[in-house]
Amino acid sequence: MAKITSPAELEKLREKILSQRDPDKLCITLCSGSACHATGCDPVADALAEEMEKQGVVGKVDFRRTGCHGFCEQGPILVVYPQGICYLKVKAEDVSEIISATVKGGKVIERLLYVDPNTGEKATLEEDIPFYKNQQRLVLGPNRKIDPKSLEDYLAVDGYQALVKTLFELSPEEVVGEVKNAQLRGRGGAGFPSGIKWDFARKAPGEQKYVVVNCDEGDPGAYMDRSVMEGNPFAVLEGLMIGAYAIGANEGYIYVRQEYPLAVANLTIAIEQAEEAGLLGENILGSGFDFTVKVHRGAGAFICGEETSLLNSLEGKAGEPNARPPFPATRGLWGKPTNINNVETWANIPLVINKGADYFTAIGTEGSKGTKIFSLVGKVNNTGLVEVPMGTTLKDIIFKIGGGVPGGKQFKAVQTGGPSGGCLPEDLLDTQVDFDELTRAGAMMG
Amino acid sequence: MDIGKIDQIIDKHDSEASALIQVLLEIQSENKWLPKEALTRVSEKLAVPMSRIQHITTFYKTFSLTPKGRHEVHVCVGTACHVRGAQNILDTVEEVTGVKPGETDPDLNFSVETVSCLGCCALGPVMVVDGEYHGNVEPAETAKVLKDCACSQEQ
Ligand SMILES: Cc1cc2nc3c(=O)[nH]c(=O)nc-3n(C[C@H](O)[C@H](O)[C@H](O)COP(=O)(O)O)c2cc1C
Ligand code: SF4
Ligand code: FES
Repeated sequence: MAKITSPAELEKLREKILSQRDPDKLCITLCSGSACHATGCDPVADALAEEMEKQGVVGKVDFRRTGCHGFCEQGPILVVYPQGICYLKVKAEDVSEIISATVKGGKVIERLLYVDPNTGEKATLEEDIPFYKNQQRLVLGPNRKIDPKSLEDYLAVDGYQALVKTLFELSPEEVVGEVKNAQLRGRGGAGFPSGIKWDFARKAPGEQKYVVVNCDEGDPGAYMDRSVMEGNPFAVLEGLMIGAYAIGANEGYIYVRQEYPLAVANLTIAIEQAEEAGLLGENILGSGFDFTVKVHRGAGAFICGEETSLLNSLEGKAGEPNARPPFPATRGLWGKPTNINNVETWANIPLVINKGADYFTAIGTEGSKGTKIFSLVGKVNNTGLVEVPMGTTLKDIIFKIGGGVPGGKQFKAVQTGGPSGGCLPEDLLDTQVDFDELTRAGAMMG
Repeated sequence: MDIGKIDQIIDKHDSEASALIQVLLEIQSENKWLPKEALTRVSEKLAVPMSRIQHITTFYKTFSLTPKGRHEVHVCVGTACHVRGAQNILDTVEEVTGVKPGETDPDLNFSVETVSCLGCCALGPVMVVDGEYHGNVEPAETAKVLKDCACSQEQ
């Protein structure tokens, strides 16, 4: 891609991409996150390429490999758009029929549909599946629409629009103000207000400052950060750039844990594409703002999720924690002011800037705004990634979305927030997911 | 391991001492383990004392100072996989390969490691063999995957 040197050029490119895309054109998407690799999306993709050729639909039908759709247990997941016909647990053997019956004939293949384990009812469309129906996927939404290796796909869903707005319409103070007004709280566990943290780093004395993404995600059972990073690395990158502009940093680091090779791979491509397009580097889009970013792989140490350990590890040292204060906002990486946020926190930033604080604060509870992603695992009917507005009750997550306990067994307890969190028994099922409510109940967000 | 290759990796990171962990990770993924000569070279080129390299390589679980087998088996023992029978998988792995977690057989065929959460919990138990993920594995399938590995190397 040629370097883009102004917002007008970016918009022209976006229009060109959109004009080449017909929303009514048939498109097959295949989920290709880590979990779907384990359930065998590669053989399905190979079979698809072969069958499309054989049955002469190449060019008439698009094929896109996307990030995680969240319903990992039912993977590989294949969706035929524009209708949104959703096939689960697809095997290479099913592909020929999918092309001939569904793509060419418009017929639905019953046996590949979702069956509700409680009612026996089938669901044809993705949005009819109870697992999806009760979610609000503001952050995860683009995962199923874009190929994480394609900058064009991200541009087609308004990607980097928030960056343009930030660089050309807002002052750093205004960006911090917007994040403060949105009352966004850190998704990494403690729920510290992000705008206030950004303000500390912005006001901290010093020329050299850093921004950092924490993608260590050490808690077993949690994989929301992995899915965002694998499926939509662009949003994290865009959020990071906006934060860098706001606090006055020109360098960023993204720390990804060792166990997430696909996240590293997709992120690295996203960075290369952004560099090539002039969205990273010097004088981004002609704004005068410079920013570079490096990916740093972890090497297997749980403690590196803690921010001071992570920063030590970034410096090439053992990931041992330091006492705080001083906080990273004043003395972080190499002793310079540093703002570190969790992956999901960063991924919320483009949304906050694009839609504004009022939109964001309209979702959620008094003290916790926006949505939160959870990984629902264990003995529930539907396991996978769930994104719900803050304030949703645990009962709704487990029963409405998760479909309850298999075999109609009695519910015992739910653990939230990983090992640092807590277990909540049945009588606390009406607890809302909200930073303060969960803390009050003795558990944690996450 | 070839010194030229090591130098190449170091050069890629502009010989910066702060890139120590990244350099070691790349050497390890190239060579599967970290031989003494490689560490000495890294120490010289990055101007980092050997004692610090020692500290780093023992602090981070990923690094190995002993040779690794041709096939690397990782079994997830995170909470979700544990609940779904990771121990059975580990037992089967040991039965088939004769290797316990954290060890490598003398012929360098297999290295077995336990890992914590790979982030595919919905598919537990999860086993990774030479970078390939296997979800919802059962003992029978585990044995088959490992035997296929062993066969492919005899050819
Ligand atoms: C033992 C320990 C482990 C942690 N692990 C993580 C983690 O895996 N991911 C994360 O984002 N934050 C983790 N944190 C929190 C970070 O220290 C830090 O608060 C967070 O990255 C800040 O980002 P946020 O404000 O966006 O939440 C951990 C904290 C502790 C004490
Ligand atoms: S991958 Fe998931 S299931 Fe497996 S151990 Fe990890 S947390 Fe657990
Ligand atoms: S990786 Fe496929 S649904 Fe999550």
